[in-house]
Parts: sequence; structure tokens; C-alpha cells
Amino acid sequence: MQMPKPNAEILARKAEIVARLRQVLPASAVIDDPFETKAYECDALSAYRCPPLAVVLPASTEETAAVLQACHSMGVPVVPRGSGTSLAGGALPTEDSVILGVARLTQVLETDYKNRFITVQAGRTNLSVTGAVETNGFFYAPDPSSQLACAIAGNIAMNSGGAHCLKYGVTTNNLLGVKMVTMGGEIIEIGGAHLDAAGYDLLGLICGSEGQLGVVTEATLRILAKPEGARPVLIGFDSNEVAGACVADIIRAGVLPVAIEFMDRPVIRAAEKFTHAGYPDVEALLIIEVEGSEAEIAEQLGKITKIARRHNPVELRESQSAEESANIWKGRKAAFGAMGQINDYMCLDGTIPVSKLPETLRGITALSKQYGLDVGNVFHAGDGNMHPLILYDANKPGDLEKCEDMGADILKLCVEVGGCLTGEHGVGVEKRELMHSQFGTDDLDIQMAVKDVFDPKWLLNPAKVFPLDASEGRRQ
Amino acid sequence: MTPTSEAELGEMIASAKAPFEIIGGGTRQIGSTEGAPLHTSGLSGIRLYEPEALTLVAQAGTPLAEIESLLAENNQRLPFEPYDLRALQGTTGTPTIGGVVATNASGPRRIQAGACRDSLIGVRFVDGLGRIIKNGGRVMKNVTGYDLVKLLAGSHGTLGVLTEVSFKLLPAPQATATVLVQEAAATSAATMAKAMASPYDVSGAAHVGGVTALRVEGLEGSVAYRGKALASLLGGEVGLFDWVAQRDVQAFAGREGDVWRISVKPSDGPTTAEALRKLGAQDVVFDWAGGLLWMLAPKGTILRPAITAGHATLIRGEGQTFQPEPAPIATLSAALRQKFDPRALLNPKRMG
Ligand SMILES: Cc1cc2nc3c(=O)[nH]c(=O)nc-3n(C[C@H](O)[C@H](O)[C@H](O)COP(=O)(O)OP(=O)(O)OC[C@H]3O[C@@H](n4cnc5c(N)ncnc54)[C@H](O)[C@@H]3O)c2cc1C
Repeated sequence: MQMPKPNAEILARKAEIVARLRQVLPASAVIDDPFETKAYECDALSAYRCPPLAVVLPASTEETAAVLQACHSMGVPVVPRGSGTSLAGGALPTEDSVILGVARLTQVLETDYKNRFITVQAGRTNLSVTGAVETNGFFYAPDPSSQLACAIAGNIAMNSGGAHCLKYGVTTNNLLGVKMVTMGGEIIEIGGAHLDAAGYDLLGLICGSEGQLGVVTEATLRILAKPEGARPVLIGFDSNEVAGACVADIIRAGVLPVAIEFMDRPVIRAAEKFTHAGYPDVEALLIIEVEGSEAEIAEQLGKITKIARRHNPVELRESQSAEESANIWKGRKAAFGAMGQINDYMCLDGTIPVSKLPETLRGITALSKQYGLDVGNVFHAGDGNMHPLILYDANKPGDLEKCEDMGADILKLCVEVGGCLTGEHGVGVEKRELMHSQFGTDDLDIQMAVKDVFDPKWLLNPAKVFPLDASEGRRQ
Repeated sequence: MTPTSEAELGEMIASAKAPFEIIGGGTRQIGSTEGAPLHTSGLSGIRLYEPEALTLVAQAGTPLAEIESLLAENNQRLPFEPYDLRALQGTTGTPTIGGVVATNASGPRRIQAGACRDSLIGVRFVDGLGRIIKNGGRVMKNVTGYDLVKLLAGSHGTLGVLTEVSFKLLPAPQATATVLVQEAAATSAATMAKAMASPYDVSGAAHVGGVTALRVEGLEGSVAYRGKALASLLGGEVGLFDWVAQRDVQAFAGREGDVWRISVKPSDGPTTAEALRKLGAQDVVFDWAGGLLWMLAPKGTILRPAITAGHATLIRGEGQTFQPEPAPIATLSAALRQKFDPRALLNPKRMG
């Protein structure tokens, strides 16, 4: 992966730039000590690292505006950062950039149960949004596995999803409004407590724009009443195809669970070893969760298990208690961590049409043989969002490159069968160069024209999302 | 003009010297425009339907009825309950799916299942330079590049001519029940808020003619359970309600006057309606738990001053159709439009 060469002229002006930042922000909000800026050298795509020129941590929208205005006038690139859990390198700095972290913006500004929304500062973590409303019987639906750490700002930038988005949608479907600052330092408010836009849907455009159109400082989020209860069923099959067919039949029958998660044998084994969740040693495991009152849960699970039995499952375990439910989810939630115990891994995130599941899994197996690297599959089966985990050895020269090549081939396969490169993690730097395989020149050009409108000088997170050759003329 | 392929449409726009008025079924246009009529009816047909993947892809000129009947045969549906305003607006064309998307037409289920923009997962369109552009795709989860899908939804044909649209679908419910509460508008917002704060997954919350109506949908047993629970929570009764009439605002069809569609914070619904009445409005239909007001007012009544947060669209009548936006938003929107349609060929006067 290439990053553009840092601008030598900016590097030479470091002292002057930092001094200017200290003029507009309190001293403690500007970090330029190389030992401290090192903490910001990467996000969760930790194979790539580069300490920034400086880090700023504004404590308000106004401070954010002041610092953006200053960087804009000095021509210094800015990389917004939430909690740094991006798996795509979205928050990866360049040497000549200033990291703008929203970690100090964590307040709840308003909760309104009558109108079912909460307004928070954007640095607040995903889980603590639900934390702020759950005693009143509400929750914030999008639930990325990283929800303990990741910030709403990052969720909005990446349009993050979660295990329960089959029913509740992803971030963009639960976002009502934002306050954000453009690279030029202008504060704008989009949306609010009412639904839908008067004119163009700028909110929909901002969500998923990977920190390239503005720095989000506040967000108004839809909160929902908690269901009476939820219960998963665990179903094991001796073939991926049959598991896939079972998912298709369930959806076809008109039952819409809140989650349908899929794990294959390598992941099941790793998760079992790591968590002792009691998973059977099978080829494919489904965790299907439904919600409602006890009677409603029974009604839905009745239908689901009846369909599943037609596919001769090796194991079918309906949770009977809160403890069993937690156990069933435990292994799935720890799956990435468990794979990480075995090896270094790279987590892919392509989406495919659900009907192409068996074909895609066969393709992935073939690529795994061809490259000689093992793969585990764990994903949201209801919506086709795959998460192949490619295992490699970071200490072995050439292994990372091999892994990246194989990852690229898997993602191209996802596109070929009618899907896309990324379902929820974003493009960042990781999939930037692959954008050519999903989009034509005009498709990319019009997206870049949108950035031209919000950030004409291309100073905000400029080296992300678009292939470097495509964005080169604009980044100059 | 009626292009029959995307390529033909692209060439038509690339070589155009004068603006177009883009017409799907001609049933949902609001506000003025000018230009040679450009019909999308030649771009018709369902491209792909995978019930087990809950996805449908159709060309933009496909009649909505064709899509809805195919889905109904398979016990599925478009989640967002698109309205049909022909009776209200006195139009007679055949509504197309492209028109639904271009106007982001979303009915009562918007509060639970989202708007059209939330179910729309992909678009193909021809921009003002005649370029064929795709964004999104046919899969439910997709964050690859910027989300122009949302931007195109509700852009009223001003950013591009839609040629193909993709949706995620929902299973049709086995059963539906409505709980009715007889009450005045003033208290209805509180009733609807209470219902929405319950765990009963309400998929419609309306108030019209002294009746508050709350809908639940799903499996038989579940609907029976939730209907009863909701009725006892709210002190209402399970009864009959015409959700199609509600969706299509049939209450105002054939009645003289302007029709406004107003989106506000739900708890502001009744007070906003009261303020609008003082300005001359005659009648109101509440939807979206109080957050959507359909208002009937004598021709030319000026209502916008009473709306402090939210927005009002003039659906039927002469005047400023779209809510003027705050300066920074208006500037960004105008600049975007300039990028998508630099020669101002597509529905030029519409949307400001
Ligand atoms: C173990 C693990 C599990 C994960 N599971 C999931 C999952 O289930 N689903 C999922 O979708 N993702 C998942 N992720 C990915 C990641 O957590 C999400 O992308 C998350 O939304 C990133 O949030 P963050 O606050 O850490 O953002 P960062 O990593 O700090 O930044 C992400 C992007 O947001 C931009 N950004 C940050 N703040 C702002 C701002 N204020 N304004 C504008 N742009 C901004 C950055 O520039 C960057 O492009 C997982 C990650 C890990 C490590």
C-alpha cells in the first residue's frame, strides 16, 4: 500500500504550524511531542503506521472550527479521528497531516424520549449511547462488535453496521442529524428531530463519507424502545451449502430474525477453544436471534426450527435461559479475538448477494489453496456481508503481501458475483486501489466532484477512499 | 422523447442544447419546471428479483403496480409503503418506481421501516453531462464509496435521470391489527409517543378525524398479542382503519385548496397544526406519530412562518414548493447540483 509523498514544505514549517495551532486552542489540546504523537500513528489496520505532524483534541465545535480554519489557511491536511478502531486505515495519518481527534467530545446534549432521539457529541462511544438511555427502556440499534471502543463519529464516517442490522438497519438508517465543520471552518447543521430532508439528502451523503467532507462534532440519533426479550437458536450443519440454503428458506418463509450469523469450521474451532461456548464441531454454524415477548419468540423460533429441521441439522439448540443465550453469543462475539490468538489475520468485509453464498465460499476455498493461507469465515448471513479472516504470519517476510494479494482477489470475487468491496468497514486506504474494480471512471469522478464541493482544496483526509491515480490531480 | 436504453438516454443528454422535463408516470411532479418532455416509460422492466435475498432491481420506468403485484405474489413488499397521490393531485398517469425514488415517497411505515431512501440500495442514472453513473448496488450492506443513492432519492430529477433502482424488501406480514383511540388532536401526540415507546413495534401511528390509529404487523400470534397489549396500554380498542386512505391522504381528495406536507418533531405536531390553523389552514391529517402533517388550506395561504423547526412542501397548489434552506445548506446543494448538471438541463426550475 502506497501513501502519497509528504509535502516537504509542510514538514519544514512544523514549528510555525504547531505555534499557530496553539494560538487557536488551549495548550493541552495540541500534541507535537513525537513520543505522544506516536499513539496516533495507526488505527486498527495496524500493519500501516505513520506518526502525524501534530495531534489536536478540541473540546467544542467552536474549537474544531477554529483549528480547521487555521489548517485550511496554512494548507495543512487534516485527518479526523474517533477512537481509532477503523479496520480500513481510515484514520491513518500522513507525516504532513494534523490528526483532529474528537475524543474530548463525549457529552450527552439532549435525550428526548417523547420523540425518541438523543443528541450527543460525536466522540462518545457507541455503547455509552445505549448506556445513556437504557434505564428508560431504550437503546441505540447499530451495534458494531467494536461498540465498547468505537465513537459515534467513526460510526457515522464509516456508516457502520452490526449484528442486528438485518432488522434495524445500519448507522445511516438511525441517524437524524449532525452538526459538522467543513474544512474551511464553517459550522453547519443538517437534519434534526424531524424526519427527512427539505431538499437534497445531505445527511445521507455525509454518512459513510469517511471523514472527507467535514468533521462531525454532534449527532442526533434515533433511539428505539427495547424489545421485551430476545433469544437465539444455534444450528449446526455439515455443509456450508446446506446452511446457506437454510438461511434462504427462512427468509423466503417470511420470518425476519434480528440477526443471522454464520461461522465456518475454522472459526467455530477457534471460538470454542477460546471461549468454551459449547459449540459443536461442525462445518457451519448459524446463530439466529429473534425478539419479542415469550410467546412471540416461541412463535418465531417454532417456524425457524421447523425449516431448519428440513435441512437435517447436526445440532439444533434453542436457548432456554439468559445464560444460554449469552453463551451462544459469546463465541461469535469473540470470534475475531479468537482467530487473533492463533495467528495474525486480515479481516475482509465484502458483501455478496445471499444467493451467491455457496459459490463464493467455494471460490474463497480455492484461493486459500492457491495462496497457501488459511481462511476462516464469520459473517452476517442475512445480508450477505462476509468477513473472511485470512491468517498469516506478520514475522514472515512476504506473508503480509501475499495475504493482501489474496484479500484483493477475494474482494474482486465479491464484486464479480454482484456484490461490493466493503459492507461496513469502509474503503480507507485498504481498499482504495481496488475501487477501480467496482467503479468506472465516471462513477469515481462524480463522487470526487462531491468532495470538490465540500473541500475544494482536498485537505480533509485526502489520501483515502479514491485510488491515488484517480485523485492525484485534485490532491495537488 | 422516450429513450429505450440507458445508452440512448446518455447520448440524448450529452448532445442536448435545451433543458428537459423528466417524466415518469407524471403523477408526482411538484413545483414548476420547463423543458422538452423526457419520458422514462421506455426504460421499463424488472431486472432481477431474488425473494430469498430480499432484493429487487427494476428499470426506473417500471410501473409501481407491476412491482407491487409481483412482490405480493411472493408475500413480500416494499418496506416504505409508497403513497399514491393521484386522487389528491387529480393526475391520471401510471406511477413508476423511478418517480417514487425521485420524490422519496414514503408512507405511514416510514416511522418503523424507514423512508424510500432507506430501502434503496442502488441506483443507475444519467447525469447532466450524459454520463452513465452507478452507485450502490444490489446488496443490502454496502459502504463502498460515497452514498449517492441517498442523494438521488428525493432529488426530483435534478441531479440525474434515474435509469435503474434497487431495493431491499421485507416479507409481507401474515397479520395486521390497528388499535383505535378516540381523542382530540391535542392529546394524540402523547398517545402516539406512548405507543412508540412501547416494545410493541408499531408500524403506523396516525391521527385523523378524532381518531388515533396505531398499527402492528407480523406473525398471527404476535399481532394478536401486541394489538391487545397496546389497546390496554392506551385505553383503546382493536378496530378497523383504512391505512391506504391514510397513506394517500384521501381525506383531502376532491376538496378545494392547497395541500401541504410538513415534517416536524413529533411532539410539535399538534401545536404546529394549531398554529397553522390560526394562519388559515382548514384541516389536518397527522401521520408518523405526529411528525408528519398533511394540511389543507385555502389557496395561497402562507403557512411556513409557523414552522420553526422542520420543513413544509407544497404538494398541491401554486407557490414556493420547497422549503427554503439555511444559507450554508443551500449553497452546498446548489454547488452539488452544478456538479451533477453543469448545463442546467435536468428539471431546471424544480427544487429552488
Ligand atoms: C475488533 C473490531 C470489531 C469491529 N467490528 C465492526 C462491526 O461489527 N461493524 C462495523 O461496521 N465495524 C466494525 N469495526 C470497525 C470500526 O470499529 C468501525 O469502522 C468504527 O465505526 C470506527 O469508529 P472509530 O471511532 O474508531 O473511528 P476511527 O477509526 O477513529 O475513524 C474511522 C473513520 O472515521 C473518520 N472520522 C473519525 N472521526 C470523525 C469525525 N469527527 N468527523 C468525520 N470523520 C471522522 C476517520 O477519519 C476515519 O476515516 C470493528 C473494528 C474492530 C477493531
